[in-house]
Amino acid sequence: MGELTVTLMRLGLLALLWLFVFSVVGVLRGDLYGTRVLRRPSNQPSVQPAPAAPARKPSRSEQRAMARAAKADARVPTHLVVTEGPLVGTTLPLRESGTLIGRNPESSLVLDDDYASGRHVRLHRDADGWVAEDLGSTNGTFLDGMKLTHPSPVEVGSQLRVGKTVVELRR
Amino acid sequence: MTAITSLRPRRGRNVELLLLLFAAAIITLAYCNVEIAVHDSLPPDLLYGVAGMLAIALTFHVVLRWRAPYADPILLPVATLLNGLGLVMIHRLDLAHGRTFAGGLALKQLTWTALGVAIAIAVLITLRDHRVLRRYTFVAALTGFVLLLLPLVPGLGHPVLGAQIWIKLGPFTFQPGEVAKIVLTIFFASYLVRTRDALSVAGRKVLGFTLPRARDMGPLLLAWLLSIGVLVFENDLGTSLLFFGLFVAMLYVATERVSWIAIGMLMFGAGAYVAYLLFGHVQTRVLLWLHTFSPAALERSDQLAKGLMGMASGGMFGTGLGRGRPDITYFAESDFIVPSFGEEIGLIGLMAMLLLYAILVQRGLRTGIGVRDGFGKLLATGLAFSVALQCFVVVGGVTRVIPLTGLTMPFLSAGGSSLLANWTLIALLLRISDQARRPLPDVIAPRPRSDADTQVVKLR
Repeated sequence: MGELTVTLMRLGLLALLWLFVFSVVGVLRGDLYGTRVLRRPSNQPSVQPAPAAPARKPSRSEQRAMARAAKADARVPTHLVVTEGPLVGTTLPLRESGTLIGRNPESSLVLDDDYASGRHVRLHRDADGWVAEDLGSTNGTFLDGMKLTHPSPVEVGSQLRVGKTVVELRR
Repeated sequence: MTAITSLRPRRGRNVELLLLLFAAAIITLAYCNVEIAVHDSLPPDLLYGVAGMLAIALTFHVVLRWRAPYADPILLPVATLLNGLGLVMIHRLDLAHGRTFAGGLALKQLTWTALGVAIAIAVLITLRDHRVLRRYTFVAALTGFVLLLLPLVPGLGHPVLGAQIWIKLGPFTFQPGEVAKIVLTIFFASYLVRTRDALSVAGRKVLGFTLPRARDMGPLLLAWLLSIGVLVFENDLGTSLLFFGLFVAMLYVATERVSWIAIGMLMFGAGAYVAYLLFGHVQTRVLLWLHTFSPAALERSDQLAKGLMGMASGGMFGTGLGRGRPDITYFAESDFIVPSFGEEIGLIGLMAMLLLYAILVQRGLRTGIGVRDGFGKLLATGLAFSVALQCFVVVGGVTRVIPLTGLTMPFLSAGGSSLLANWTLIALLLRISDQARRPLPDVIAPRPRSDADTQVVKLR
């Protein structure tokens, strides 16, 4: 085999090495953009004139379901915002699997507060919306000023007080 | 209808498989390149070699699918590629020294690779959760210090060219410092996660940064004494720098205080300077570093000079594998494997390899950011930083940035202890990254409290 083969192999090796580096970096890019923000499908009826083909008009029950979904949507919170306390300004999305607030480092919102318990309060998804449940905390959780004694539904604008921290639910 | 959906977390196992096959292809090409350049024919054992390498890598991959499905998909392919390229270079040097594959260092290195991967797999299978390691804080400390001091035991220590970092048991030689690196990282992580509050909060503010209290300096002083001891008695600046640097870096990560780094560097600098004034062998190292091409230095050792000349003759594109003369340098397959690569694949190839190390370190640090418990954060950061620092000490040594020392380049250099330690390190990082990337489990609601079942036993 000639000198040409050797030269080709040697340059090919360098090219492949760099290609490997770039493909690894390509895989890593996914890491930089952790969550993907999807465009929200709009609920508003289209303002454009109907196309030539007659669009099927939604039935009464469908319309009602859509209206209910839109109304429920406005009240179903998607975010937690800390409005008072040392972590003021912190925002975190509510997870379908439940959001735990407390001093435990595995909580979603980790409080550094002597008045908070390790696992203080949990927000989880119910059939109708989000429910706040006090997990037997020492100093209690206050939902809009009332002590939380049993799991209670929360909506946009509800305020939860845990120790020195106040958390508000927002969309 | 939420704006942010939590995507099903990508495990990346298929990406890992693809990258592994890519790495294997590069190693195969490099192997063929060496054989064609030297013998003008394809290697006769090509199929066995490729099959053996693939078997080792794919076994690890399958174990990851089984035991750590969410582990980082980059670590294994990068480590495999570096290990494979090291094997090719060692084989190439075997050929230059007239050794056959069976009688050479390459077969040994391949055996150690298989053993290292086997140990890494064992670690992944037995260690289901890295937090278990936290229980062994002081066992780890003791093991680490004993391992570090073992080469000083008379009868067991085995001095090689002045550096007393080897032990010899029968026919086997071993470098315990490599294993001590991992064990001490575990100790530092679990110790600092306990004490970091005291170390970071208390103290007086002087000139913009907070100085620690005198009594919090204890651990730092102990680490400093140990590293200076290693420098003086084992004549090994590399190991000494590695341990002290690792400790200071982890202290900084744990406490977020820059003053630790300043104090640590001042202390190390002062200690190293005093050692330079007092000990002849340290002076020799500095002479070789500062005046490499002076007659006085060449008289003692021309190893560094030859390595530099080799890299210079390689230039930008390198001479091509099998076409240079890296075998002229002593220890071209272990301490000087970086100049060997520099000569044969050039600056372009060497930069790609250094980037692979950078990626390896980045994945480790990313794992540290991602994992949720403090111990895991410190452990991942420490392990990643130790790889980075070791690369710096080795590459800095052969390029005359710092005095030359006898550390091995992770995964590349010939040497069993280094391979075993580094594959174990990768296994630990994979285990932690599996925890870091695993989706949060559903929070388990506490069992409903029924007043009837609970009785007050004792009221105080």
